Amino acid sequence: MTMATDTSDNQNVIDQPEVMKPRMVTIEIAGKKVEVPEGITVIKAMWYAGIDVVRGVGCLGGFCGACATYYRTKDDPKVKTCLACQTAVQDGMCFTMMPPFPARKATYEIQKLQDPKQDLFNFYPEAPLCRNCNACTEACPQKIDVREGVWKAVFGDFKSVSEMFMDCVMCGMCTPVCIADIAPNLVALYVSRAQGAHFAEKPIGLDTRIKEIEDGRFNEEWTKILNMNEKELAEHCAAVK
Amino acid sequence: MDIHALQQIVHKTRDARRKQTIPKFSPADRDQLIHKYHPDFRASAYRPIRFGPNEGEKTVVELATLLEGDSPIHDDLDLTPQYETDVLVIGGGGAGCAAALHAQGAGAKTILATKLRLGDSNSVMAQGGMQVSVAPEDSPVTHFLDTLKGGHMENDHALLKVMVEEGPSIAKWLLELGVLFDRQADGNLHVKKGGGSSKPRLLTCSDYTGLEIMRVLKDEVLNQKIQLLEFAAALELLSDDSGACTGAIFKDLDNQRYVVVAAKSVILATGGIGRLHIQGFPTSNHYGATGDGLCLSYRMGAKLAHIDTFQYHPSGAVYPEQLIGALVTEGIRSEGGQLVNAKGDRFVNELDTRDVVSSSIIRECEEGRGIRTMSGRVGVWLDTPILDAEHGSGTLEKHFPAMMLQFERFGIDISKDPVLIYPTLHYQNGGVKIDTNSETNVNNLFVAGEASGGLHGRNRLMGNSLLDLMVYGKRSGLTAAGRVGSMKQGKLTLKHLERFRAEAKKHGNVSGVISPMILPAYTRKVG
Repeated sequence: MTMATDTSDNQNVIDQPEVMKPRMVTIEIAGKKVEVPEGITVIKAMWYAGIDVVRGVGCLGGFCGACATYYRTKDDPKVKTCLACQTAVQDGMCFTMMPPFPARKATYEIQKLQDPKQDLFNFYPEAPLCRNCNACTEACPQKIDVREGVWKAVFGDFKSVSEMFMDCVMCGMCTPVCIADIAPNLVALYVSRAQGAHFAEKPIGLDTRIKEIEDGRFNEEWTKILNMNEKELAEHCAAVK
Repeated sequence: MDIHALQQIVHKTRDARRKQTIPKFSPADRDQLIHKYHPDFRASAYRPIRFGPNEGEKTVVELATLLEGDSPIHDDLDLTPQYETDVLVIGGGGAGCAAALHAQGAGAKTILATKLRLGDSNSVMAQGGMQVSVAPEDSPVTHFLDTLKGGHMENDHALLKVMVEEGPSIAKWLLELGVLFDRQADGNLHVKKGGGSSKPRLLTCSDYTGLEIMRVLKDEVLNQKIQLLEFAAALELLSDDSGACTGAIFKDLDNQRYVVVAAKSVILATGGIGRLHIQGFPTSNHYGATGDGLCLSYRMGAKLAHIDTFQYHPSGAVYPEQLIGALVTEGIRSEGGQLVNAKGDRFVNELDTRDVVSSSIIRECEEGRGIRTMSGRVGVWLDTPILDAEHGSGTLEKHFPAMMLQFERFGIDISKDPVLIYPTLHYQNGGVKIDTNSETNVNNLFVAGEASGGLHGRNRLMGNSLLDLMVYGKRSGLTAAGRVGSMKQGKLTLKHLERFRAEAKKHGNVSGVISPMILPAYTRKVG
């Protein structure tokens, strides 16, 4: 890519000592020690170490949850979770990617539910068995209060759950840690969909617009526009404010 | 200099800038700016395609090389199918899910194959929203005109009219599936204004619109028990004696085996090309955005449209290093975020079309008014704290939680400090030419979503991609499903490949390049 070539003026250059002299750090990938430049992302560290990654990379933007990873920093016994594309490596870090976890997903016809709040207990009978250990909340790389969400789901506060879990990337890291075998992200997904399909207000303006289109309210304008020549159409477009 | 010292100019000039309005460019000035600075007009990056349906037309070197590339399939491969289906959908993003759901919903046996996991796509990252003309003062016609203007009048009128007219019913379908679009106090859909749009028209789910839609669609694909082939990379399509599409060959990326699928019709929903890093640009795209569908359909004889034009999203992150190329949503500019150069000046109306805004950022940087990083990159400031200043403290946190979190992970608070940005490779404006049923000039080969071309002209408007892939995903699925009842499964042959190879040989193409790429080669080979 062509970048600004004027390097005589150093006023507008951001200091990045880590870029000028990258420090090599030692990390452990799935138990194997490797040297990589400090500060690159966990995913890039794997590529740097020569590891082909097929399972474990998705959007590379922190939205898809494919790169769920367990890691530990130097001398700290606490195993933490992260998204590998959104986390920088540091000296002494150990990590391994989370394999796909065989959580059970209920299947349902969301529009046909008669009593979605009660149906939750049929689809996910384990949901009310939460023992409050809070491990799910601690495992969430999106900082969602997962435990609170599970309780709110059980008590029927579907609206709050749908708001709390808008950040959920479905990485599933809340699931293996659950001692009650709940898959909180799947519970929240069901609850959020039920909230949208059954409890959110119906937007009247949308139905009005659909009917207007069906009734041909815009047909005259379409005919006018689609019969314009190139020049007339360009002028018409330019006049839209 | 310390980054905070460099950011001072943005803080100092904020109050003065708040009162300032910057007019949009006149059409003539706009064209001049784009011709001078937009990467689409860098002639040295382009070359003519030597053979095939688009022979003689120019595209970027990276894509031309892949289109002319050879298939990894040997002509003696056993084509006995492991799977037989009515409709085969290739691609697991928004268009693929919409196509599969509608095809199966219409009674066709459907398989969805994808080279990564279901849902791994660009769709899941869409933050800005989906354009649907629901506001009373808006109309599908206005949506049409805005899009046409943004696309430099080169959009396919028929494709575009279908998209804007079917937008509202698509929104209704998504709502019924449980998608939680933002609402106004009266329960109606909240609409935001997007770049290049004359009316507020963006439906949003905070800055997680794509994620919310994809969570729901993925869940629905699983609920409808659509057969999935994950980690199955499409290598080649199959054709019968008449040249119609009859299936595809995949490689299972877990065990490296070939998988042959016979299908009465095939829907390609394979997305874009960001990971080709054309012209060396970083990209906002997902790991698998390597243009596979373009190569597959090109070898089948499908014609491509507008394949010389790409969208460079104005605001890709330049700092910190870990986020280079990642998108800073246009939504921030929709809510008043301003672009500021190293002198503390604004230089463009932030809500002009993406090609105009990107070109003006490149101009600022090339003329020495950018801010450089020691890794050799350059950018301008996006004043994010101005949103909290304008609309009250906590606005960014409330409206852009994804953006806040992404930067917070690297110790940056975008509600306090501006973000350094530069255009990032974001979208292929063109793609495989389709008709209003989403079908190509090859019988029974459909293409939907970013892989298709014609609708967006030479520049896609913000928010039109999510709508495009829902509308044409649906249309391809319904048309394909509607046809299979009266059809027999065609023969599985590689005759199209024989023809393609003969033509390549005639043109002396011995580049040795194999396509599709499948995944970018980021792994360091020597240590």
